Amino acid sequence: MSQATLHAVQPASSPAAAEPILRVNNIEVIYDHVILVLKGVSLAVPEGGIVALLGANGAGKTTTLKAISNLLRAERGEVTKGTIDYNGRSIQDLTPNDLVKMGVVQVMEGRHCFGHLTVEENLLTGAYTRGDGAAAVKRDLEKVYEYFPRLKVRRSSQAGYTSGGEQQMVAIGRALMTKPKVILLDEPSMGLAPQLVEEIFEIVKQLNQKEGVSFLLAEQNTTIALKYATFGYILENGRVVMEGEAQRLMENDDVKEFYLGLAAEGRKSFKDVKHYRRRKRWL
Amino acid sequence: MDFLYNFFISPFVQIADAPLFFVEVLTGGLLSGVMYSLVALGFVLIFKASGVFNFAQGAMVLFAALFFAGFMDKGVPWWGSLILTIGVMVLLAMAIERIVLRPLVNQPHIILFMATIGVTYFLDGFGQTIWGSSVRVLDIGLPQTPLEIGGVLVNKFDIIAAVVAGSLVAALALFFQKTRIGRALRAVADDHQAALSVGIPLKTIWAIVWTVAGLVGLVAGVMWGSKLGVQFSLAMVALKALPVLILGGFTSVPGAIIGGLIIGAGEKIAEVYWADAIGGGIEDWFAYMLALMFLLFRPQGLFGDKIIERV
Repeated sequence: MSQATLHAVQPASSPAAAEPILRVNNIEVIYDHVILVLKGVSLAVPEGGIVALLGANGAGKTTTLKAISNLLRAERGEVTKGTIDYNGRSIQDLTPNDLVKMGVVQVMEGRHCFGHLTVEENLLTGAYTRGDGAAAVKRDLEKVYEYFPRLKVRRSSQAGYTSGGEQQMVAIGRALMTKPKVILLDEPSMGLAPQLVEEIFEIVKQLNQKEGVSFLLAEQNTTIALKYATFGYILENGRVVMEGEAQRLMENDDVKEFYLGLAAEGRKSFKDVKHYRRRKRWL
Repeated sequence: MDFLYNFFISPFVQIADAPLFFVEVLTGGLLSGVMYSLVALGFVLIFKASGVFNFAQGAMVLFAALFFAGFMDKGVPWWGSLILTIGVMVLLAMAIERIVLRPLVNQPHIILFMATIGVTYFLDGFGQTIWGSSVRVLDIGLPQTPLEIGGVLVNKFDIIAAVVAGSLVAALALFFQKTRIGRALRAVADDHQAALSVGIPLKTIWAIVWTVAGLVGLVAGVMWGSKLGVQFSLAMVALKALPVLILGGFTSVPGAIIGGLIIGAGEKIAEVYWADAIGGGIEDWFAYMLALMFLLFRPQGLFGDKIIERV
């Protein structure tokens, strides 16, 4: 299988070469002391990169992000093995509050806006950990409004009454208000119209280029994630089964088959697909 | 026929006959309503910030009053007792956060509610273990004499209570709407996890909110304590706060005030004017009846947050 070749070329193109801002080293996560969810996941996010974390439902994408942002503890999950380093410093024992202060923030799956707060108040909650004065916060608020003009229009409506796309914008804008260096973006495309998904990803790209924010992006929508990411990891059953530059992953036959829905030899009959699916994938 | 006359006509005839007396009843009712509001406020604060219905609020009122009265009996001046009791309430808030809430992060609300029932029993027992269960008289020098304003007799004590409650509410409203911490409190109320994810420290927020609720409980405890004496039944005052909450809405500080006023005024007026029609003792059940009507027709209360649900 092509896995071997991918790994063979990895050292040259690996983000590890460029001193990653975030490095996850062989972590194992157990929920409730019994449910083993991640079985050794390693990945690296280079400074200023967009890294995609791909995989099906239940593959462990969200758990990986939560392990990094340490929201895991609130769900009775625990990193039992491995290390997580940010800027060369171990961050496993820090609280989310500390992590946000250091510049690591997660945008949770399903948006999670504060429904009864106005859009502007939602954004301002992101500035909670900052100690750099009201003027700086105000400046950043204007900056968020520049990226998301639609939020400025709706600034005084309750976030619970805004549309799904607007809520996703609020969630990202709120994270921006923390002055992040790394944003862990969980499933931004969830429940949004394709056009909106494109819009959100376009803004992610701009934030990455103009503000220098690095992104670790968990996505099921492989096509769009690989289009915008520079590097990708594919998770299956709590393990990284494949990694490589986004371009390379997109061209890989297995990725095409399983995640992009493109078969090498055109359309297959349903019967064939079923037969093929039943075979083991990379494990 | 008699009943209908007593119910629909005679009360209004009485009101029209003696308007000044009506005003007196009304003000008396409104002012005692303020006292209910004071207790209800504590509930609203904790419910707003953590979505938890704090069953222990009544016990906190009693607890604070017990400590305050206890310190005063030991010969500490009132301002010294106040400072000491504030200290006790801060410690209590931190202990509750550490021992009860922290291990229960992200559990369903009903579990947190059950935990507060446990806290209630602990506070009732602990407070009385230290200070004893006998009735204490709490006298902080508030005048009990009536005052005549334009022919209407008003209790001075009630006016002071109203002023205290008013300033407390104004301060709290500002705190919730305008400050960074207030915003964070409301954010936590909406979504614990999201609040965590933007770096709002739940521990600190919860400790703050329980402290504030404890302080409101202290104010309520001192006011009620000097009215009724500090005793176990003080914790039962909290029961009257429930209909106030249902009327005003669980998430609204102004709602708690207005709910209190409506219930206070309503039950006094009903007691005085409708006793002929339905018999005496209306005061005892009027509030609950009103709450029941609200639950049927407007469950979020007058000012409560509507439950926002996107489809």
